[in-house]
Order: sequence, then structure tokens, then C-alpha cells
Amino acid sequence: MNALTELQQFFTDPLMQRSLIAAIIVGIAAPVMGTYLVQRKLSLLGDGIGHVALTGVALGWIVGSAMGLVEKDSLAIPGAVVAAVVGAVVIEFVRERGKTSGDVALALLFYSGIAGGVVLIGLAGGTNANLMAYLFGSISTVTQLDLLLIAGLGVVIIAVGVGLRSLLFAISNDEEFARASGLPVRAANIVIAIIAALTVTVSMRVVGLLLVSAIMILPVAVAQLVTASFKTTMRVAMVVGVLVTVAGLMITYWVPLSPGATIVMVTVLVYALVAAITPLVKTSHSKGVDPHPDVPDDVTLDEEETCNE
Amino acid sequence: MNKSTATVLEAHNLHVTIGASHILRGIDLSVSEGEVVALLGANGSGKSTLVRALAGILPASAGRIEVFGVPLGKFVPWRKLGYVPQRVAATTGIGSTAGEVVASGLLYSGRLRLPRDYRSRVHDALTQVDLAARVDTPMANLSGGQQQRVLIARALVRQPDLLILDEPVAGVDRPSQVAFAQTLRELIGAGKTIVVVLHELGEFEPLITRTVVVRHGRIVHDGAAPTAAHEHSAHNHDHVHPHEGFMPEGSALIAETGFEA
Repeated sequence: MNALTELQQFFTDPLMQRSLIAAIIVGIAAPVMGTYLVQRKLSLLGDGIGHVALTGVALGWIVGSAMGLVEKDSLAIPGAVVAAVVGAVVIEFVRERGKTSGDVALALLFYSGIAGGVVLIGLAGGTNANLMAYLFGSISTVTQLDLLLIAGLGVVIIAVGVGLRSLLFAISNDEEFARASGLPVRAANIVIAIIAALTVTVSMRVVGLLLVSAIMILPVAVAQLVTASFKTTMRVAMVVGVLVTVAGLMITYWVPLSPGATIVMVTVLVYALVAAITPLVKTSHSKGVDPHPDVPDDVTLDEEETCNE
Repeated sequence: MNKSTATVLEAHNLHVTIGASHILRGIDLSVSEGEVVALLGANGSGKSTLVRALAGILPASAGRIEVFGVPLGKFVPWRKLGYVPQRVAATTGIGSTAGEVVASGLLYSGRLRLPRDYRSRVHDALTQVDLAARVDTPMANLSGGQQQRVLIARALVRQPDLLILDEPVAGVDRPSQVAFAQTLRELIGAGKTIVVVLHELGEFEPLITRTVVVRHGRIVHDGAAPTAAHEHSAHNHDHVHPHEGFMPEGSALIAETGFEA
């Protein structure tokens, strides 16, 4: 009974309702983008964009205080969106060039992003404490306006990520073949970069910029343990994303912990659990199945026809 | 070859530069409907670069390419062109099934989403390369030869009129090579135009109608398939060749037999 009333309180608390909606949107949207990033072996791109977004947060803060807004940080998310999109497009151009110096260029961008954020907020008269909410997330302070932004961007991310899946898969899977099909490779790459940037800024309030990559990538890592195809990997990752964000948020309702970090730790635990269980399940499934790769024989034996196809 | 039929692929004074390397140095090539052209040349001769430029993967630094009479770009009827790369692209971070890879061949300029009947078309294409049962198998679980056949199915799924294949049998097990020669025979029977990069004619010799030899980024031979190379392409033939420098420039037959040392 007691547990039920507690749950009822959790779901009727308007603050919690806002947090829950934000968490569910991020839980669905982040793994969609994460699937493409993992496929392109750009798992840490979200981290890099997150660093750059911090400068955007500080710029939004500066503009907000210059305009004399009551809520000094009401322009933080729009600022982060702009900075993250610019940063992601720059990263995409560096990636496209494929130069060895690209690695160093990225490092330059990432660290100037995070250091720029700290310096700018200082110049604007703020303190590092103001940035902490963005670095580690502060889902409990999500305002009505934040929620609208998160919902709007979330819909865009999911619509593009799921709606254009065949195209984005084709381009991520084999860029050369996509070019030989006349597909708009460069435009699609820039779309992926922009959507990844939006995902980072949407996830920022929930898990924080430092853990943004985790909520994009870890559900995909969990899904990969149990799936074979790209499509099911994305679907399972979305389900895992929602489950861990909701579970993590619920834990922090009763235990005073940082929601962002708790969500990420729940995901890591889920990963460990699935990784431990999968081999056991797979073994019992594949009993009697030849473990050798399906390669035709080099030699033909007289007594039997060898035919693997 | 019948000169009166339509030109499906044309390169005029094509130059391709990659970084500081001037790979292709003035290629003129015209392929007509129904031709089966073998592109031959030593490693590093530029034959692979040539087909990659023809397929729109590498930009031309000078010259002009026309596919089905349209300058290379968005307005080429890409549905009519099927490209098969030399080898499977480096594994991506997330596994994909053979069916998913083949389905990606149904997308081309102007069609960015899968058609409704994509499943049956993927099945048909995989049947053509004898892998219909593998539609849900992850690419990573297929042998190299089977992966190559999946890539051929990816090119065939859009039912192209022109196929460009870059060393489709390099490093492929023999059963897959035989299966590929059979697939090629059927495509030729159906009247497709084929441009294929080969290291040696081997199995394919009877199918080829024209041979183009590339050396140092230029075409050094363009004509009928060589007939004197029979003993050379036999399986028990010991490949011993004189150094390239010893061959008189422009001697077609010697060039044809000595290119793959």
C-alpha cells in the first residue's frame, strides 16, 4: 500500500512529471542517434560536441544577462544548440577530409570548447557553479520552456533518425557505394552531424554534458549484445534507453543522488547483466550448430559431395 | 562490337589526381550497350581508380565523364548503374544482415526511402547470387566470397543496365568464383553492359568481348580479347614474366600477357 502511494506521488508530482517526460524523450532520441555514431565508429563524437556546447551555454548566459533577462540562463539551451551545431559541422568537415591532423584539430576544438565555456561564464560574472548544472545535468530544474524545447527537438531527432533510416544506414554502411548511387552523401553527413548536436543539447539537461555520450552510446552497446541487424539494434537501444532513464529517475526520487549519473550507472549495470547472461542463453540456443565459419571446402572428397550452399 | 548501339559510358581526356599523385593521365574510353569490357593492368596501373572515377566515387581533376549520356552528377539515371567494390568495406561498428546490405542498393539519387516491395526484391537479388537463405545472416558470419556475392546482389537489386565491377573475384574462394562466372553469364545473356576490372581473364575469358589495358594511368591497349593467352590463363600455368621494362611499348599481345606480374 505504502509503495503504491509513493508511486502515486511520484507520478502526480508536477516536477517529477516534467522530469519524467524529458527523461523519456531523451531515452528514445539519444540511442537513435547513438546507433549511427556507433556504426560510424564515432562513439565519442557526442563527448566532443558536448565540450563545444559548454561554450554555447556560456554565450547564451552572456547574451541573456546583456538583454537583462530575469532568468539569466534562459538562453543557455538555445546557445548550446547553436554552438553544438556549428561544432558538429566543423567536426564533420574535418572527418570528411580524413587527414591525420584531423585528430589534433578535434582535440583543439574540444578543449577550446570547454575552456571557453568556463572563461566566458567568468567574464559574464557567473561562477563555475552555474556551469555545474549543465556539466552534470539538473533534470529537476527543467522549466516548462525547457520541456517544450526538449520535446520539439526530440521529435525532430526521432523523425529524422527513424524516418531516414534506410538512407542514413546506406551512407554510414558504405560511403563509396552511396556515392556510386548518386546519393546526397555530403548533405546526409551534415544532417547526421546536426542531429547529433541537437541530441547532445537535448540530453544536456537530463544527464549533463559530461555524460551525454553515455546515454547515446551505452543503450546501443547493450542492444548490440543481443541483436544481429541494424534495425533491431536501433529498436532495442530505444527500449533500453527509455527503461534506464525512467528507472534511474525513479531511484533518485527516493534516494538523493544525481539523476544523470544514476541513469548512466543503471545503464552500465544493465550492460553488465546482459553481457553476463547472453553467452549462457546463446550456448543453449546453438547446441549442435557447427561453430566453424561457413566456408566451402578447398578439396573435394570422393565419398561425399561437399556442398555448403 | 556493334558501333551503332547507344553509348552507355564515356570518358573523355579523364585525369584523376589523388593528393599529389597524378593517377589517371588522359583516359578516353567509350563503352556501348551490350559490351563486356575487361579492364586489365598491373597493380597500381590506375584501373581501379578508373572505375571508381567512372562510378562517381572519385572526382575527376580534368576531363569529362558521361553515364547514359548525362554528365556525372545528380542527374545521371543512377538506377541503371550497379557498382560492385573490390572488397567489403571495413566492418562498421554495428552488425548488419545480408538483407539490409542488399536493400541499401535500392536507394539512389531521387529515391531515398525503400520501396514497399523491397523484401521480395532483396530476396530475388540474393537468389541470383545463390544466397537467398542468408538474408538474415549477419555479414560478419559470411565467408569473404559470400560477402562479395552479397555486394553483387546489392548492385543487382536495382536491376541495372550497366554493371561496374572492381576485381569481383580477388581473393574469393573457387566455388564463389564459379558461381560469379555463372551469374555474369546470365547477366550478359540478359543484355547487360558490363565493365569489369580483372587481374587475369581466367574463368571469364569466353565472356569478354573487349579488353582495355591500363598502364601508368593511360590506356595502352583497347580491342578484342586476347586469344594468345590460353596457356597463360590455365590453372597450372607458372606465372613468370619478364620485367615490365623489357617489353616494347605498344606491343599489344605482349602487354596483354605480361601485365599482371
